[in-house]
Amino acid sequence: MALLQISEPGQSAAPHQHHLAAGIDLGTTNSLIATVRSGVAETLADHQGTHILPSVVRYRIAGEPPIVGTAALAASIEDPLNTLASVKRIIGKSAEELSSIPGQYPYQFAESDSAVPKIETIAGAVTPIEVSAEILSVLQQRAVESMGGELEGVVVTVPAYFDDAQRQATKDAAKLAGLHVLRLLNEPTAAAVAYGLDSQPEGIHAIYDFGGGTFDISILRLTKGVFEVLSTGGDAVLGGDDMDHQLAQWMGQQMGIDQPLEENPSQLKYLLSEARRAKEQLSTAAEISLHLKFGAFDWQGLFSLQQLNQLIEPVVQRTLRIVRRALRDANIEKDEVSEVVLVGGSTRVPLVAQQVEAFFGRAPLQGIDPERVVAVGAAIQADILVGNKKDGELLLLDVTPLSLGLEIMGGMSEVVIPRNTTIPVARAQDFTTFKDGQTAMSLHVLQGEREMVEDNRSLARFELRGIPPMVAGAARIRVTFQVDADGLLSVSAREEVSGVQAEIEVRPSYGLSDGEVEGMLKDSYRFAESDRDARMLREQQVEASRTIEAMEAALDKDGEELLNAAELGKLMQMIEELREMRSSEDSRAIEKKIEQVNSESEFYAARRMDQSVQQALSGKSVEEISP
Amino acid sequence: MAITMTVPAAERVKAFLDNRGTGIGLRLGVKTSGCSGMAYIIEFVDELEEEDQVFECEGVKVIVDPKSMVYLDGTELDYGKEGLNEGFKFNNPNVKNSCGCGESFTV
Repeated sequence: MALLQISEPGQSAAPHQHHLAAGIDLGTTNSLIATVRSGVAETLADHQGTHILPSVVRYRIAGEPPIVGTAALAASIEDPLNTLASVKRIIGKSAEELSSIPGQYPYQFAESDSAVPKIETIAGAVTPIEVSAEILSVLQQRAVESMGGELEGVVVTVPAYFDDAQRQATKDAAKLAGLHVLRLLNEPTAAAVAYGLDSQPEGIHAIYDFGGGTFDISILRLTKGVFEVLSTGGDAVLGGDDMDHQLAQWMGQQMGIDQPLEENPSQLKYLLSEARRAKEQLSTAAEISLHLKFGAFDWQGLFSLQQLNQLIEPVVQRTLRIVRRALRDANIEKDEVSEVVLVGGSTRVPLVAQQVEAFFGRAPLQGIDPERVVAVGAAIQADILVGNKKDGELLLLDVTPLSLGLEIMGGMSEVVIPRNTTIPVARAQDFTTFKDGQTAMSLHVLQGEREMVEDNRSLARFELRGIPPMVAGAARIRVTFQVDADGLLSVSAREEVSGVQAEIEVRPSYGLSDGEVEGMLKDSYRFAESDRDARMLREQQVEASRTIEAMEAALDKDGEELLNAAELGKLMQMIEELREMRSSEDSRAIEKKIEQVNSESEFYAARRMDQSVQQALSGKSVEEISP
Repeated sequence: MAITMTVPAAERVKAFLDNRGTGIGLRLGVKTSGCSGMAYIIEFVDELEEEDQVFECEGVKVIVDPKSMVYLDGTELDYGKEGLNEGFKFNNPNVKNSCGCGESFTV
């Protein structure tokens, strides 16, 4: 007999066509999977009833499948080199970036020719992507058993500060585990979704995420269902563990241990686990009695919440300093924040919640288990994306993967919508004509981060015709780029004086795999310098052409009237020199030549000005021209 | 003509309705589709249809349309667990055959 769930009105699925979806919080220390059943978003437990899966994978000799989770965590001391933890810290990083990551990696990295670092284990070299895929596979298996069917899609959360490479690596890990990623979702956004903040019209929210080993603060702005990350801040090596260490030090002192705790690992381990237990007990009690016993050391006594608070206060203050900085980065005052959301197990410590409340001057949201809230939000989002809710409830959280722009004179690319802009979006930019009497304009729509047209991806070309003849630079052509929620780009151009317009629709992401997007991004970093030089050269060449054009037009008109033969000859010669210089590769030299032409022809410009003023004034009385 | 609900099922439905915040009850029904003829419908109800019949079971309003009633009369709704999975079960005396998974049936 099948087990059925309650659907939304009118959304009952046909048999075997249930849209099963899940949200996954792939964490540094712990991971979780959640789903929406009968309208309730909840995390899923394993056969032991445990929801949290430690993000730890222990590799074994070839042929034996790796162990994931609690059992792997337990083996981390006896088999440290094959038991991989916290790979989230290195996922999507290149081998050379690894040295700059805080924290210590006890693993042996394999020599490899690819940019992805590999960790040497007893089962062979593995990448952080493969390790993450093992964790995801276990969660997937749990979901399939709990929901009675294959998952149609998942939403996986990532930190707001993850770059494209880290996001791509996370997606690759899910793909490797056989999961279809509906969307990656920023962790703070997921927490906000879990509390239903996305259904509010708008507001600025602070997501305070204090986990076991990391601290993150994100300032989000919600406008019309789109969360924009205003700023993030954090400390990758500041977490609840630091509080435990403070407490363990104090316990060591009480017991009369005088040598540094680090010198005796098993003693330290004992003290840390006692510290953790005391901390947890004091989240509901005001005072507890402790009995600490390790070897010859023995101590009994009372330990109060007040004492605990004194010990951990410095750690909490460190997080608040980071919060202050993030607010400053976002240019936001404390009182502009409408909701504060607590995420992460360490926010269960009463002092943390109190200090956060005192800091912001408002009670933070903490009704949902702070360790599960991110997975819950991801599950809600996955449920919507897979089509289990009625239309109109779709959240729009996507961003443009690459910049969109236009070709301008000289074969350069001008960005109109920068990459990572949340969609839907519309941006307009004004362009003008290059030549006198120009009546048409060709628009070339581009995608990419490079400076020169040929290095970017060409999306579409179209023409705007019927521009009334005007002097160069007088026409005002407004080009509007609009990207809708599905990533569909439409570009329209309109000449503002005459009202003539033209438009075209393109699908920018079509045919571009994620790998290609990433390749294009990497190129834009690699070639940043040569791109800049090429752009400068092209700019000067365009400027040179413009100067020649303007000078020749002027000389044609009144050169012989206003200049003597010698002056005329000199200017003609300078134009020739500039024309020659224009085709060189030296942007500085071209720029100098243009300056020279401009300064040497100043007298001519002055005479032209005098002449036109005389013409305007001749035959008129003073009264006629005074304002 | 009656439809009943076990206490665990009723408690679940109440909890789900509370969590959802809105909704007047639970709709049970059938539709013609599926690999074995008929499939069950189990949905929250926001609005009653004119023809709907409403039952009160263990403090929960159960709503059934007259067409479905023919196939569901005598059914008991239960809630159970199988391994990690959990959900609602229809104990329907009208069913003669059901597909392997029990999601669809014939009468």
